[in-house]
Amino acid sequence: MDTTILGLPLIYYAAMILKVLVVFVFVLLTVAYATYAERKIIGHMQVRLGPMRTGWHGLLQPIADGVKLFFKEEIVPAQASKFTFLIAPLIALIPAFISFAVIPFGDTVELFGYKIPLQIASVYDTQAGRVLDLNVGVLYILAMASLGVYGIVLAGWSSNNKYSLLGGLRSSAQMISYELAAGLAIVSVFMLSESLSLQKIVADQSNFFSWSGTWYAFKQPLAFILFFICSLAEINRTPFDLPEAESELVSGFCTEYSSMKYAMFFMAEYANMVTVCAVTVTLFLGGWHGPLHPVLNFIVKVYFLIFVCMWIRATYPRYRYDQLMRLGWKVFLPLTLLNIVVTGIVIAAFS
Amino acid sequence: MDIQTLFFAVVAAVAILSGILVITCRNPINSALSLVMTFFCLATFYVMLDAPFMAAIQVIVYAGAIMVLIIFVIMLLNVRVESGKKYTHGVLIGSIMAVLLLFEAFYFLNRSSLTGARGMIDANVVQNVGHVELIGRAMYTDFLLPFEITSILLLVAIIGAVILAKKKI
Repeated sequence: MDTTILGLPLIYYAAMILKVLVVFVFVLLTVAYATYAERKIIGHMQVRLGPMRTGWHGLLQPIADGVKLFFKEEIVPAQASKFTFLIAPLIALIPAFISFAVIPFGDTVELFGYKIPLQIASVYDTQAGRVLDLNVGVLYILAMASLGVYGIVLAGWSSNNKYSLLGGLRSSAQMISYELAAGLAIVSVFMLSESLSLQKIVADQSNFFSWSGTWYAFKQPLAFILFFICSLAEINRTPFDLPEAESELVSGFCTEYSSMKYAMFFMAEYANMVTVCAVTVTLFLGGWHGPLHPVLNFIVKVYFLIFVCMWIRATYPRYRYDQLMRLGWKVFLPLTLLNIVVTGIVIAAFS
Repeated sequence: MDIQTLFFAVVAAVAILSGILVITCRNPINSALSLVMTFFCLATFYVMLDAPFMAAIQVIVYAGAIMVLIIFVIMLLNVRVESGKKYTHGVLIGSIMAVLLLFEAFYFLNRSSLTGARGMIDANVVQNVGHVELIGRAMYTDFLLPFEITSILLLVAIIGAVILAKKKI
């Protein structure tokens, strides 16, 4: 193990690849079973059973759905812009997955005498004795979230279909507006943590029972709620799923899509949901800290938030478009700005 | 050639290729996408120069906001492929200007020499203090006045845009 690349022993690279594979497979499985969980949960909330026929209580349903979509015929509309049409589902899917590179999902573990932090984009610095991660982790997540809009916009435009175009336009306006409020909501968190590194933000929330180390959800309740709602709007989850409002726009931006390309949009939606829940847990709900094993803590919290998303979907009706825009610009944006100002004043008063 | 140089060469090649695609694509949306690709390569260069904050801002502001607006406008105007038309009247003057600029650049490069002077902030300082902290400190102490003037300028631009867009307020 003496050979090094860029000053790091080879085992770091092996661990990096292993982490990437494990996280990717885990997120993919979560995405597949989130579709099943969503149908099951909403089914039971509406006093139905949900999928029951495929496997025990429908447990094999996501696999059956995947196989079915895989064997469907691929149709590309004659007047579509071919290249953009083909690349749009990929552009929608990729940002959702690569946000996971900076999310810490566990404590540092020892492997063959080397310390490996459970976060993809980080290494353990033996000289400084601490974990080095991307020190603009939060901004990286915001950057990836802002790229998600491309997939939907391009899908809407390239299909050469009026419904798709309108769905794409709606969604881009919606995502740009709510991205702003979501970004401003978390400013107050890094005002308190004095860092943009997610390792530092998680380390700040290590002690649940003392005020100085408790979750940011308790110190910043307004920011927590605003960020979660704005994120739901940004990823087009149900109270705000106007881009695919089927009563008005058929199926919105993915009207013309079929087969695996349609499945990719579906996966992107659920992967985005998992990402948003993981980011919320990391920023506001203490990350991997908790009573159980660190990784288990993280997974339990993320799954609980995913359940909350589905709960919201079963409870609230869809917003109207003008209400949505008014809510974003005239309610959430001023509230986040107010929250930043108040946080600033309180920090200045106590320092 | 070590790994970093190789990586730089690959990213630089992609940057140049997508830069050429921006002006040669017939479809305006494809041009815009190539420009996004160029911005990504620039962000990668910032990371390689130990400036992760600049990289993040590059992606958030240029790729995430400005290019989305440009694509939005292209979609709203529904500009389709400009087929069959060829614009040749600017080629002569354009190439003369390009050659002159190239000559000028090489002239200045050859005339000057490296002084070897170094600033206070190098890779080590960035590693220890942090890039965001350095920029924040500079912006809110030494460059506070220019920073505030910029914000007023942006505010004026926003109000101007609202007044131009809305006939009756």
